[in-house]
Amino acid sequence: MAQTLFEKIWNSHVVVEKENEPSLIYIDRHLVHEVTSPQAFDGLRVNHRKVRRPDLTIATIDHNVPTTDRSLPMVDETSSTQIKTLEQNCNDFGIKLFGINDPNQGIVHVIGPQLGITLPGGTIVCGDSHTSTQGAFGAFAFGIGTSEVEHTLATQTLWLEKPKTFEILATGKRKNPFAVTSKDIILSIIKKIGTDGGRGHVLEYRGDAISDLSMEQRMTICNMSIEAGSRAGLIAPDQKTFDYINNRKYTPKNYDDLVEDWKNNLMSDSNSKFDKSFTIDVEKIEPQVSWGTNPSMVSDVTEKIPTPEEFGQNNTIQIESAKKALEYMDLEPETLITEIPVDRVFIGSCTNARLEDLIDAATIVKGKVVNSNVSAMVVPGSQMVKHEAEKLGLDKIFKDANFEWRESGCSMCLGMNPDILKPGERCASTSNRNFEGRQGSGGQTHLVSPVMAAAAAIAGHFVDVREWS
Amino acid sequence: MKPFSKINSIVTPFDKANVDTDQIIPKQFLKLITKSGFGKFLFYDWRFDNNGQPKNDFILNDPTYKDSKILITNENFGCGSSREHAVWALKDFGFNVIISPSFADIFYSNCFKNGVLPIILDMKNIKKLLEISDEVELDLNSQKIIFGDEFINFEIDSHRKIRLLEGLDDIDLTLKENERIENFEKISSIVTIFE
Repeated sequence: MAQTLFEKIWNSHVVVEKENEPSLIYIDRHLVHEVTSPQAFDGLRVNHRKVRRPDLTIATIDHNVPTTDRSLPMVDETSSTQIKTLEQNCNDFGIKLFGINDPNQGIVHVIGPQLGITLPGGTIVCGDSHTSTQGAFGAFAFGIGTSEVEHTLATQTLWLEKPKTFEILATGKRKNPFAVTSKDIILSIIKKIGTDGGRGHVLEYRGDAISDLSMEQRMTICNMSIEAGSRAGLIAPDQKTFDYINNRKYTPKNYDDLVEDWKNNLMSDSNSKFDKSFTIDVEKIEPQVSWGTNPSMVSDVTEKIPTPEEFGQNNTIQIESAKKALEYMDLEPETLITEIPVDRVFIGSCTNARLEDLIDAATIVKGKVVNSNVSAMVVPGSQMVKHEAEKLGLDKIFKDANFEWRESGCSMCLGMNPDILKPGERCASTSNRNFEGRQGSGGQTHLVSPVMAAAAAIAGHFVDVREWS
Repeated sequence: MKPFSKINSIVTPFDKANVDTDQIIPKQFLKLITKSGFGKFLFYDWRFDNNGQPKNDFILNDPTYKDSKILITNENFGCGSSREHAVWALKDFGFNVIISPSFADIFYSNCFKNGVLPIILDMKNIKKLLEISDEVELDLNSQKIIFGDEFINFEIDSHRKIRLLEGLDDIDLTLKENERIENFEKISSIVTIFE
């Protein structure tokens, strides 16, 4: 029977299957970070259990780390305790840790692919909802809670109800592929299908407009699947995928054989059926800017902020949400997006802090200076990204323009380290969530692409970056 | 885990849609390395003002609902971050049951791992429950919410129901399948990270 890519991956990982019950699924890769793991390791200790497969498990420290000078002692004691706890746990349970001073340290979803740990066709979990990023490699990659982290550590499996499948077909060609990015594609998709449109489903992004994207652009799309309510989103691997993983630190020795196998198997069969389908024409997509407090509240940069009634379209819950969002964001309906000023600019996060993102942002910034009302920072997704960017001289471009150039980590995407917005500060951010208080209590977040963020930093307000390129 | 028993409680109405886990437990409280003590930080930015004083107009600060074990909320509850701390905070605060028209996937799964019952009801039944100011009885075994002479039935996956009712440990159950896991590892060509 014809199968979708997801169904093929699922079927090849079933350990136990019973009718009308969840299936026991084998996990190929488990990535661990400091925030969602301490209670899981504690559980193992209390029950005298070991980590079943340290050879399929790695850990890094990303959420809590300061992005300033790492030779200085950490100021926040609770962060420091959480980091030391992970170091101790990895030591006790024999898990490879890319620690705070490791050249391979970085945001967990950035380093997985960069180290060749993320592989097509596999199952990948991490106690972090943005694990969906790694679906860009044609893997079933999804976020889990701490109990499931413990379960995976102990058994290398998880009980899962089989999700349904949802095809997202992206057709056409972007009119200006530099200024209209994969971030704009995924924000447009979330705007249309809503923040719970993908609930219970695995998204498969397909079509020429997806094949056209680089691996790093594909990761941005899969990253935000969770913002559409989907635990996972994936893209069938192709030559770009195989080339990206080749010659990495942990690329398997029998890589060529694996690639042959993947080429023959890892695609949805031509006559396979999806439970749901949605088509988007990327030719019509413009640069996007979020104005509200969830990622479906976005507008084209050329538009005005909608009235709650326009946004909600007879849905009272949506109308109410939009009213509250505008109140929190301190914005009036009918304001032109390009008239919204910004105080801060954050280029970073697992969504948009890979090398290509920084190259594109630097292209906008080069030879210009950050507006005097704005404070702007770049936080590379990993130390490897930082190093590669510095080799290209990007650090100099950003610093010359008065951007801060930081060490890698999750940073102001969620503000668990000192990088936070003050109440009332408005930020153009390349991250993934514009929830109330996400980047700091009372902070106001606008989600945009790296080039849109860079342009806003220079102008002091949102601008249509197509006019700059 | 403690077996899930019958609950008698008034319901706390919390009419908000798309409540994300960043709101349920803000990030500054994710640094604890234990599972307990998160209740006092539940909905922190909504419950407390900038000086750390309770906001009187926030429902969870209303003494009427002080001992309530049942939270009724609106669609897509628990979206966003996978942080299980959100469930730990709700449970530590006193909620054992969350009722909503829909839940985000990861949050829904996290509830069961901690003895919290998420119930999906349609808006008609939710509205009915919201009109009741007396205690209701929640019986997982018969899948009923009982009030006066009336009751509402709810659906739940039978597998998950048994695990809650018996307070079974997931890992213990899985380890009973160890032979099949070992067999899977033998027949599948698992690619290890470190060769």
